[in-house]
Amino acid sequence: MTLDLLSPFTEFAFMRRALVGVIAIALGGGPVGVFLMLRRMSLTGDAMAHAILPGAALGYLVAGLSLPAMTVGGLVAGVIVALLAGLVARVTALKEDASLAAFYLLSLALGVTIVSLRGSNVDLLHVLFGTVLALDDAALVLLAGIATLTLVTLALAYRPLVLDCVDPVFLRSVSGAGTPAHLIFLGLVVLNLVGGFQALGTLLAVGLMMLPAAAARFWSAEITAMIVIATGIGIVSGIAGLLLSFHAELPAGPAIILTAGGVYLVSLVVGREGGLLWLARPRKHLEA
Amino acid sequence: MSAAAIRFEDVTLGYGRRPAVHHLRGTIPAGSLTAIVGPNGAGKSTLLKAVAGALPPLEGRIEVAGGRAKRLAYLPQAAEIDRSFPVSVFDLVAMGLWGKVGLFGGIGRRQQASIEEAIAAVGLTGFERRPIGTLSGGQMQRALFARLLLQDASLILLDEPFTAIDAKTTADLLDLVRRWHAEERTVVAVLHDLDVVKRIFPRTLLIAREPVAWGETGAVLSAENLLRARRMVEAHDPHAAACAR
Repeated sequence: MTLDLLSPFTEFAFMRRALVGVIAIALGGGPVGVFLMLRRMSLTGDAMAHAILPGAALGYLVAGLSLPAMTVGGLVAGVIVALLAGLVARVTALKEDASLAAFYLLSLALGVTIVSLRGSNVDLLHVLFGTVLALDDAALVLLAGIATLTLVTLALAYRPLVLDCVDPVFLRSVSGAGTPAHLIFLGLVVLNLVGGFQALGTLLAVGLMMLPAAAARFWSAEITAMIVIATGIGIVSGIAGLLLSFHAELPAGPAIILTAGGVYLVSLVVGREGGLLWLARPRKHLEA
Repeated sequence: MSAAAIRFEDVTLGYGRRPAVHHLRGTIPAGSLTAIVGPNGAGKSTLLKAVAGALPPLEGRIEVAGGRAKRLAYLPQAAEIDRSFPVSVFDLVAMGLWGKVGLFGGIGRRQQASIEEAIAAVGLTGFERRPIGTLSGGQMQRALFARLLLQDASLILLDEPFTAIDAKTTADLLDLVRRWHAEERTVVAVLHDLDVVKRIFPRTLLIAREPVAWGETGAVLSAENLLRARRMVEAHDPHAAACAR
């Protein structure tokens, strides 16, 4: 029975590739998602995911469905939008969220237009929802590289990142590491989104970042544990989602994100740290 | 008098072009215990912020002896701490070691002992593993004082550290201030409770945008000076011309 369930991975190379791909995405996306959530930037991740689209689309326009062209294009577009949005927020009266919203809407519309200029609707679907079942060697190397770089960088910048969230004024009074750490983190966000974009598309790339992170919040009140739990949820959702898509003949990307969403909903209800059930169940208060 | 810990050279501080502190000159001696007193809007917090290096002066210079890095500890008013962030009291206090361990230094057994010692000194033993979100206002202030202890700074700036804090906690934390003074650290605190100032702080700067009086506390806090300070801060002219001084 178990063997039957897992047989897609033993029988089909494209399923094994997809498996490696989603595990790599979950390894990088889990910790990045937790930090996005704790920095109250959950929607920033979503906005940035749309912002990379015109760059990737330009790469596609120039070189077709080529991995390097779309990756470089996406990276450049993501960084430009992040910087422009930050700049507008600092120089004008517009707040960062509004300025980011303006830029990402512009980017999304521009990106879809560019893709439609040359491609078919199938290409557009690929760009919007990814091609997790068609990852080639180059794409896998890219995803693994991004995951590795992300974990190493986060380990190095961990202290200033945490401090910059908890008490930015204190960090500024003892060190100048806050701003560089924030910029490096934004770079990691863009990088992971570009990676997720290959597999899950621009609309769902952020799914394996934010859903596991949000679910993990209901299982722990401690940041290290939260990161581990989020990464675990990401990996499990990836595996389960792929199997679900195979056995139920559903599109793979949405199946993965739906699974992660399911884990989130379950956590929301039964999670030990403030899940709805625990809130609703009347329990006698403690003595001290 | 001993060497200056802080020297104000004709300092004007403010936001936009409006001065919050106007033409301040003078020094705070090393090892002194100074209270900054004045009505709301007198520029007290602005002054501390500028000493901490968080606000560049509009004019003039603030000189901190030996530079700010690693020597200065600053506790801002209503610290901008994200209380919902999932870290423990232990981790919050451990941040005080930044000057010693920096980005990558390890926190070994010795550092761990010093963190526990600081937590004990503020009476929070037993709270180490509690998330900071579960602390009361007074407990949070105790934890922040423990962090100050670990920073081991020779210049300590406190902005209204006892506002909305109960008498017992205030007394405990004032003991720490006395201890710092005995260790010859320079302490500057913005305070509103004049009784505390008179009891504990030998020197006082009374300020109402302009310095009103500065020196030995008893002389500075005369009824006449306090009245003058209250009058001065009320003067606000929307059509003020450029300062000629």
